[in-house]
Amino acid sequence: MTTHNAQASVLNENKLDGNRMSTSKRSKGIDYWLPKLVLSPTVAITIVFIYGFILWTTILSFTKSRILPQYEFVGFEQYVKLFLNDRWMGALANLAIFGILFIGICMVVGLVFAILLDQNIRAEGALRTIYLYPMALSFIVTGTVWKWIMNPTVGIEKFMHDIGFSGFSFDWIVDPDMAIYTVVIAGIWQSSGFVMAIFLAGLRGIDTSIIKAAQLDGASLFAVYTRVIIPSMRPVFFSAFIMLAHIAIKSFDLIMALTGGGPGNATDVPAIFMYQFSFTRGQLGIGASSAVIMLMGVTAILIPYLYSELRGEKQ
Amino acid sequence: MFKKTLLAIALGGTIAATAQAGEVEVLHWWTSGGEAKSIAVLKEMVNDAGHSWKDFAVAGGGGENAYTVLRSRAVSGNAPASAQIKGLEIQEWGDLGFLADLTPVASSNNWDGILPAVVSDVMKHDGKYVAAPVNVHRVNWMWANKKVLDDNGIKPPKNMKELWAASEKLKAKGITPIAHGGQPWQDATTFESIVLSVGGADFFNDVFVEHDQKALESKTMKESFDEFKKVKSYIDKGAPGRDWNVATSMVIKGEAAFQFMGDWAKGEFSAAGKKPGTDYYCLAFPGTDGTFTFNIDSLAMFEQRNDDNKAAQMKMAELILSPKFQDVFNMNKGSIPVRLDQDMSGFDSCAQASMETFKATSAAGKGLVPSMAHGMSTTSAIQGAIYDVATEFFNSDMSSDEAVMKLSRAVRAAQ
Repeated sequence: MTTHNAQASVLNENKLDGNRMSTSKRSKGIDYWLPKLVLSPTVAITIVFIYGFILWTTILSFTKSRILPQYEFVGFEQYVKLFLNDRWMGALANLAIFGILFIGICMVVGLVFAILLDQNIRAEGALRTIYLYPMALSFIVTGTVWKWIMNPTVGIEKFMHDIGFSGFSFDWIVDPDMAIYTVVIAGIWQSSGFVMAIFLAGLRGIDTSIIKAAQLDGASLFAVYTRVIIPSMRPVFFSAFIMLAHIAIKSFDLIMALTGGGPGNATDVPAIFMYQFSFTRGQLGIGASSAVIMLMGVTAILIPYLYSELRGEKQ
Repeated sequence: MFKKTLLAIALGGTIAATAQAGEVEVLHWWTSGGEAKSIAVLKEMVNDAGHSWKDFAVAGGGGENAYTVLRSRAVSGNAPASAQIKGLEIQEWGDLGFLADLTPVASSNNWDGILPAVVSDVMKHDGKYVAAPVNVHRVNWMWANKKVLDDNGIKPPKNMKELWAASEKLKAKGITPIAHGGQPWQDATTFESIVLSVGGADFFNDVFVEHDQKALESKTMKESFDEFKKVKSYIDKGAPGRDWNVATSMVIKGEAAFQFMGDWAKGEFSAAGKKPGTDYYCLAFPGTDGTFTFNIDSLAMFEQRNDDNKAAQMKMAELILSPKFQDVFNMNKGSIPVRLDQDMSGFDSCAQASMETFKATSAAGKGLVPSMAHGMSTTSAIQGAIYDVATEFFNSDMSSDEAVMKLSRAVRAAQ
């Protein structure tokens, strides 16, 4: 009885196989085209709304456009105007200060926290959540909260004065020379927990046998980290860098909420400049040229990095 | 049966022909309490006239958001019937050929007769009315807390010198003399009042309307910057980024003595239950008595394809300038009516004083100047360039000489 059934099922399976083969032969077209068909709307949207608009912006940057697009070409005039604009140069300098400090400090803080958390400490889950929590807030919330904390008339400075330290002074946010560093502080508070999580995942992903081998060879804990673990986390550094770099370059909401670009234009960045000139000042041409310069900046950082990383992986 | 249907068709036809029920879509950013109440009056009046009102309110950012929406609508060929556009922007939209001709309404309602020339000039493009003015704000006001001044034996300052003397006295007593909000437009508002005070109305015109390079590089300009910098020593540390209404509330509470702000600040005093003359003073900015920096809100009319909607649009334009709407809207908003023949008896003393100066300056053809800080005198590009220099000067240790040079260069570049 059982053998009979088994034979029957084998037969059935053969039949099924036959069916499958014939259908796949017939529908080779669908199998081949279906993924492409399903993906095509996304590809089309990407081509139009990303590359198409990059192209349109680039074209606009060579025109005389004021409040609406128009197509009277003026060559590089808008770029010349852009680089003669003090505010634009200030915005670039601010982006450099913010970008370097924000990315650098976030990486260091994130890595140190990740290594400390990796020491099998108690309540690791709770600590991890606490450090990761700022990431759950939007930059608008972060900016508003830090605006109040750092405001000298309501925040830390007033608190210190109230408890008796009348000589205490922390007024960076209203000091045009220091205001950009308050943006760095708020940005690090927001993002370093996230970087820590990335690094922690990277640390956990390292093969423990390599670490054990290093320890057998008599390497100290410090040497294990600096010589073995950190070098093997190159891809993790890469993704953390990319994430932070794009946060830095597109930073707009954090600064709008924290300082509004002020005092004066002391915390102006290219994204704010681009928005104001394109949309509120009726200078679409200059706005477009600043957008193109920003794009070129991003590409100039990313392409060499991507190139070296991808080539490295192949080897 | 057939007759009945015919009758119904005929009746329906006549009704449609007489009422011409069209729709007006109005893009505006009058969304805060008093403002929303003010614009609701117009909505009611349009509805009473048999047309329908489609509200298109975009809140936020002094109209920046609404402006972005408007541009995308206009580009896609779907502009609203009317939008809150003011000053030189009306000319920019007119140049692009988007605006409707209001000449029939204007001539049958004698707009040329009831509006001062400075106002009607702003509303016209190529000699034709394309926008209807809603109200007039005076920008060169100084608001003062009466109790603070009385307690310290200070009389309302009449010129810059008296202002600095009063401020010095208050500062010595530990009171913040000037409540200021450190945002570019507020810096620019203060700056333009100082330019008016130092150089007078003609100089103001040369600088902010004509952009005369000689005036921009003049000694008077340098002096204006010198005075502007003095403001900085009399404001508190928390000023940067502060909103204007927060600064007004400092004056209301007596934490600060003065604020330089347009007459929309009056709404805050009224909301706090304060009375002009007994609790607070509304004074001309020191040294600008008898001059008037105007800021006019207006609704520009966009070309419509549908005839019924066109009729509704024209009706609305007519209603905007009706005495009833001018009365209710301006009492709610703190501004004054644009009609020179308006009965001012229902308004408070500040508005009456404002109207008097408005009439006097417009009759004399002197002293009535468009506000630069509020987009009445120049294009948004040049306005932005002036903002940048003024706010950077105010927030850094830039010298007045350097500021003069930067200002003339920035204005040239933006032209």
